[in-house]
Amino acid sequence: MSARRLVGLETEYGIIRPGMPKANATVLSAQIVDSYAQLVAQGDARVQGARWDYADESPLQDARGFAMDRAAAHPSQLTDVEPAQQEGIWTAESIALSGNDARIGSTLYQEKDTTDVVMNMVLGNGARLYVDHAHPEYSSPESTSPRAAVLWDQAGDEVMRRAAASAQALGGGQLLLYKNNTDNKSVSYGAHENYLVPRAVEFSDLVAGLTPFFVSRQIFCGAGRVGRGMLGERAEFQVSQRADFFEAEVGLETTINRPIINTRDEPHAVWDKYRRLHVIIGDANLGQVSTLLRVGTTNLVLSLIEAGLAPKLELEDPVAALQQISHDPSLKTAVRLRGGRRLTAIEIQREYLRAAQAYCAQRGIEDADTAEILQRWEGILDLLERDPMLAADQVDWIAKYRLVTSFADRHGLGLDDPRIGLMDLQWADLRQDKGLYYRLAARGAMQTLFTQEQVNQAVAAPPEDTRAYLRGMTLQRYAPYVIAANWDALTFAVPGARRVNRVFLSEPLGGSRKDVGRLFDANLEIDEFINKLAPRA
Amino acid sequence: MTQESFSSRKQHETQEHAEQIQVSTTGQSAGVDDLLDEIDSVLESNAEEFVRGFVQKGGQ
Repeated sequence: MSARRLVGLETEYGIIRPGMPKANATVLSAQIVDSYAQLVAQGDARVQGARWDYADESPLQDARGFAMDRAAAHPSQLTDVEPAQQEGIWTAESIALSGNDARIGSTLYQEKDTTDVVMNMVLGNGARLYVDHAHPEYSSPESTSPRAAVLWDQAGDEVMRRAAASAQALGGGQLLLYKNNTDNKSVSYGAHENYLVPRAVEFSDLVAGLTPFFVSRQIFCGAGRVGRGMLGERAEFQVSQRADFFEAEVGLETTINRPIINTRDEPHAVWDKYRRLHVIIGDANLGQVSTLLRVGTTNLVLSLIEAGLAPKLELEDPVAALQQISHDPSLKTAVRLRGGRRLTAIEIQREYLRAAQAYCAQRGIEDADTAEILQRWEGILDLLERDPMLAADQVDWIAKYRLVTSFADRHGLGLDDPRIGLMDLQWADLRQDKGLYYRLAARGAMQTLFTQEQVNQAVAAPPEDTRAYLRGMTLQRYAPYVIAANWDALTFAVPGARRVNRVFLSEPLGGSRKDVGRLFDANLEIDEFINKLAPRA
Repeated sequence: MTQESFSSRKQHETQEHAEQIQVSTTGQSAGVDDLLDEIDSVLESNAEEFVRGFVQKGGQ
């Protein structure tokens, strides 16, 4: 039982080309990924990232000079033609058909004249950057603590910022990216969490233990939304971006009839040992504390379920409860349990908190991560109970709610004023001079856990205690020899070798710095490196 | 969880309290006021059109 666990976070970002609402979103997304690939190929952002002061415009000026020629011939940048003419170039379907392995080597690291567009790549920090349907997506490298999960999630926001700046520098025009989950016009896109769980745990236990928790945890990790219903038809504030898009309790789908518990079973690891719990119900958080709480409390609840100690709560109607809780920013709504008992979201969370506290106290578990999560969890519930506004510097939805209601009060506006809708959207704008979250954080109005320098370092370097270390370091050192990479394998082509070498990383905690750091320290030639790696992986 | 509990959703939607209880907004930090003082220079111009133009394709 602990708040530590192998976790990876995925974010699909909203994307627009200002002034061109009909621009092909898949093309725009490809432009983001390809622009980042070019950034890596030119300046090696993986390595320079730690020292790259983003306020300094000169790296982009250099890139602009280099790339203008190429941009003219580059299909991904033809976003200024009418969408109808682009449809034949790329569609989500054609990308899906290109397979899951990221292609590196030939497209990314060799100087050559090509019209190929990089749509799918693995970064030097172990993350994946790719086009998922009509959105650019960053999937963080595997990490083992809630704080590390936050840090490499924030690194994804920085990767996207750099990609958008690169696209513009390359002459591809302005692309705006949003870390939100809906366009308020019927469409939602996800921020998924992945948790490593022993396969021995019964899935029905996960469903029973997680459902009331997921329905109620939004009170400290919702991102806030001005709009009710999938279409945002009523201008009312709600706690969660995603709640109104969920229609089922358990299921495999992620794009239609979305379920509270997703049953996708694709562990990317030793199948009979692990399950990858794929959580689709969360909001994308800009705030670091909201992300920390989301991951840390979920880790603890999974530990409770594994120990058979999760609270036995059964909601009468989980989907309705999810929405009832989201629709009431006062957090006073009580939802019905089977048998007629009613609990508020805060009370449901307290049941889980007490169970976790009792177990950790009984077993003497007091590692720093667990202690921090237990303390923050209790602290945030206490604040929410007294007055949700007291948590405005920690919880995303409350910070947003405070900002928009203050604005409305100041000018005597209703929430249906277009400027309120714009604030809801621009809250999530990734540009640090435009995004309202960032503007607020810059004034010290949001608690943060990491500095921009630390985030920049996480753009450049992988976590050291998982296979992401081997993946990321291999790309930093031996990228020209890597022809494919995914979560659980690296494929090398070595000059003169008769066949490719595939190295499997089926054990997510294998390939850590402790395991393979000395191979990188030794600065081996590629064939030596693979020989020493192969028996180990 | 069963189909049975899923099918009872509609009836609860109708019971749902639509009212939004106004949450106290006292104790705001200076950061919010500062940001609101300059919000016009931060927000995109033509709010209505900008929001209308934010159209996304399907996602997960």
